[in-house]
Amino acid sequence: MATVVLESLRKSFGKTEVIHGVSIDVEDGEFIVIVGPSGCGKSTLLRMVAGLETVTSGSVAIGDRVVNDVEPMDRDISMVFQNYALYPHMSVFDNIAYGLKIAKLPRAEIAERVKNAAEILQLGPYLDRKPRELSGGQRQRVAMGRSIVRKPAVFLFDEPLSNLDAKLRVQMRLEIKSLQRRLGVTALYVTHDQVEAMTLADRMIVMNSGVTEQIGKPLDVYASPKTAFVAGFIGSPPTNFLESDPTQRVLPASCRLGIRPEHIRVVDPEQGVCVGTVVFSEPLGAETLVHLRLLDGQSLTLRQDGLLRVPGENELIGVAWNRSDEMIFSADGKRAFREEEDNKGSPDT
Amino acid sequence: MADTGGMVENRGIQRWLTHMGLMIGVAFIFFPIWLAFVASTVEQQEIVRPPMPLLPGDQFVDNYARALTAGVNAPVMRMLFNSAIMALGIAFGKIAISLLSAFAIVYFRFPGRHLFFWLIFLTLMLPVEVRIVPTYEVVARFGMLNSYPGLILPLVASATATFLFRQFFLTVPDELAEAARVDGARPMRFFIDILLPMSRTNIAALFVILFIYGWNQYLWPLLITTDPSMNTVVMGIKQMFPSGDDTADWPVIMATALLAMLPPVVIVIAMQRLFIRGLVDSEK
Amino acid sequence: MEKRVTFKGIWLPFVLVMPQIVITAVFFFYPAGQAIWQSLFIPDPFGLSMQYVGLGNFTFLLGDPFYRASFVTTAVFSTLVTLVSMGVALYLAVLADRLIKSSGTYRTLLIWPYAVAPAVAGVLWLFMFNTRVGVVAWYLGQLGYDWNHVLNDGEAMGLVVVASAWGRISYNFLFFLAGLQAIPRSLIESAAIEGARFWTRFRTIVFPLLSPMTFFLLVVNVVYAFFETFGVIHTITSGGPQQATTILVYKVFSDGFVGQDLGSSAAQSVILLFVVSILTIIQFKYIERRVHY
Repeated sequence: MATVVLESLRKSFGKTEVIHGVSIDVEDGEFIVIVGPSGCGKSTLLRMVAGLETVTSGSVAIGDRVVNDVEPMDRDISMVFQNYALYPHMSVFDNIAYGLKIAKLPRAEIAERVKNAAEILQLGPYLDRKPRELSGGQRQRVAMGRSIVRKPAVFLFDEPLSNLDAKLRVQMRLEIKSLQRRLGVTALYVTHDQVEAMTLADRMIVMNSGVTEQIGKPLDVYASPKTAFVAGFIGSPPTNFLESDPTQRVLPASCRLGIRPEHIRVVDPEQGVCVGTVVFSEPLGAETLVHLRLLDGQSLTLRQDGLLRVPGENELIGVAWNRSDEMIFSADGKRAFREEEDNKGSPDT
Repeated sequence: MADTGGMVENRGIQRWLTHMGLMIGVAFIFFPIWLAFVASTVEQQEIVRPPMPLLPGDQFVDNYARALTAGVNAPVMRMLFNSAIMALGIAFGKIAISLLSAFAIVYFRFPGRHLFFWLIFLTLMLPVEVRIVPTYEVVARFGMLNSYPGLILPLVASATATFLFRQFFLTVPDELAEAARVDGARPMRFFIDILLPMSRTNIAALFVILFIYGWNQYLWPLLITTDPSMNTVVMGIKQMFPSGDDTADWPVIMATALLAMLPPVVIVIAMQRLFIRGLVDSEK
Repeated sequence: MEKRVTFKGIWLPFVLVMPQIVITAVFFFYPAGQAIWQSLFIPDPFGLSMQYVGLGNFTFLLGDPFYRASFVTTAVFSTLVTLVSMGVALYLAVLADRLIKSSGTYRTLLIWPYAVAPAVAGVLWLFMFNTRVGVVAWYLGQLGYDWNHVLNDGEAMGLVVVASAWGRISYNFLFFLAGLQAIPRSLIESAAIEGARFWTRFRTIVFPLLSPMTFFLLVVNVVYAFFETFGVIHTITSGGPQQATTILVYKVFSDGFVGQDLGSSAAQSVILLFVVSILTIIQFKYIERRVHY
């Protein structure tokens, strides 16, 4: 169990810099999720923590020790890979025990630890099987088992659930969370799936193009995104961005207005902040997504309770929202605050 | 398996003709072997007064025993042993040095990596037949004439196996090496614990091909083994023919020919799948 | 293609490549260099000193009627071996491909001659056509044909060609059969529905689809005929009669070891080296577009 401190971490491949100075403080026992689109550098960041990529500049500290030049095996970490990276010719037992064998632990202790891990992960009956004889979820568990037997200070997860089907993903998500809670081990978890990020994280780090856009508790990040990127990336369906204010108010120069779908209500056309025609509606049961085209041609998606009336295609409806739910983003994507919003406080972490 | 050929004129007489055509091919392939077999089971007199019989005689045990224990210049048993050493030496030697160098070239970045790669690559081109005279001189200078190292080492210098393993290593997921590193495996540990077991099938397939290659070498043993007790069986057959007008001991020679082809043929048939895989792989 | 992750270390990889590099240097680069070096000299008749002649050995070789004859012999020999072995193999593969159920059996029956050494194949065919005891030669004699490959150039060439092609059929058969089986049945059947008879289908669909495989085999077989048939020639004809079957590789051997003409033999090695390089380059250029199955 340990803290992880990244300080102005940079990584270049040849002349291309892919991580542009990332600083993060991870507390002991915290579950941190790094989320971002593919190619944003999140996996590279994790691999630098693991010691699988060299650090171009800045530092990685695990516990209180700077580990920039320490081999992965000596960093007191373990890692779960996206494709699980199970050794295909070894049994489940040997896969889990391999690291312990290399560390030359006594046979009895290895057996004991593997047995415990297998129990926690319900792998008991499969210890003699080869990875190819297991289902996707079971392989995932073996990879977890390999990770936990070593009792590392930090768990690293590199998109561990992305090869599973949707149902299994939800189940494994819960298992990973409860496992981490039970063991109290610091965890860094990389994913491109914002739902995973929201549900797993104590704090989440939203990354884009090699920089951290925002760090914070999931609900805080959701409620007050600091940048247009975060507002667009976190939340599904994503935040609506309007280039011009349909309410005829004047936006600051080249700013955009962001409004989340669930903050928009359907009202009578004459009572709305603005009006638009329904392009189509998606009734999903519990909720309904309504896609509109506003009179000035901009698109807008709103989400309403599934019990409400579903607007028909081409219907003209009015929409309204509270001004306090509006988010204004300046041209560089940063959040710009209107005076009246200042009392809400800046969404800093 | 249903007869899916039905659509394509594959019935009755057509089918029968197809089998006929193939049987002719099989007969053409088998005929020389059959004659050799017959010759190895009859007495010398039955051969020197042509035409020889086309059905086996009763001298099988006698001829083969004579070949194995006495031969003409050296007992065939001895030559078979030499061939086995040579073939195994070449197969194991090539596989061993190729595995190591492919591992180094794929999994490390070190100065001269590309240079070594190209040096090895160049050797793909030259069969030993092309450089026999100077190679012979090198081996002679090392005092390796009439020795197993002399038979084996010059034929171990080839890149095919290195390339095959390189190709295979490149298909091994990167994550396995990373997982092993996180697990604490040093390079050689990863090589022995992970990479070698994963290469089993490739190694076996290549072994089949290299064993046949080594066993069937002719020119090289012909040059460097002047001592009959060091002859390999494939080259030794030719040495069994008398130089002058004397009549060759055909039954023993033919028995030797069959003995000489037996080990590689058995390997090809018994390990047909590995053999085909090795053949296809090594031509890639 | 490169690995994303590599191990650290400088000495370990050096140690790992060393065995191959040392063996290659000693038994490959050094002799090859020697061959090139020696090709520039003529040893005196007693082998005591060497006289530098520049490209003299090469100009002599290219003007030497025997060497030029050997080139022609090699060309004729490899063309014939390639045509015979590939032709027979294709014919058998096409037939075997039509028999879904038993093609595996025929494959087993046909592939094993690959394992028979060319030298052993040479002995087997020599035995059949031996002028004194050969059973085929004898039956030919009964039919009034006086077979004598020891004296007759054409017969000698025919015999080494057949003996060389015989063992090679299996190899070509294997690749052709695999190539044929990789052609989707639906293509053949749709052509059949359109009324194309077997031969038309073969000409217009099967053979074009098989052409990458055919080209690959062509190169591989030429390489085989150039170098690996030494055993056949040596056992059956020893290059005779009057050099009628002396292919280039055989001439390197006979000039270098029998004739002890080291300068000329080395020059011949260099020329062969050049030929192999070209063949290898063709082969490698082609490999990028190889059919994989």
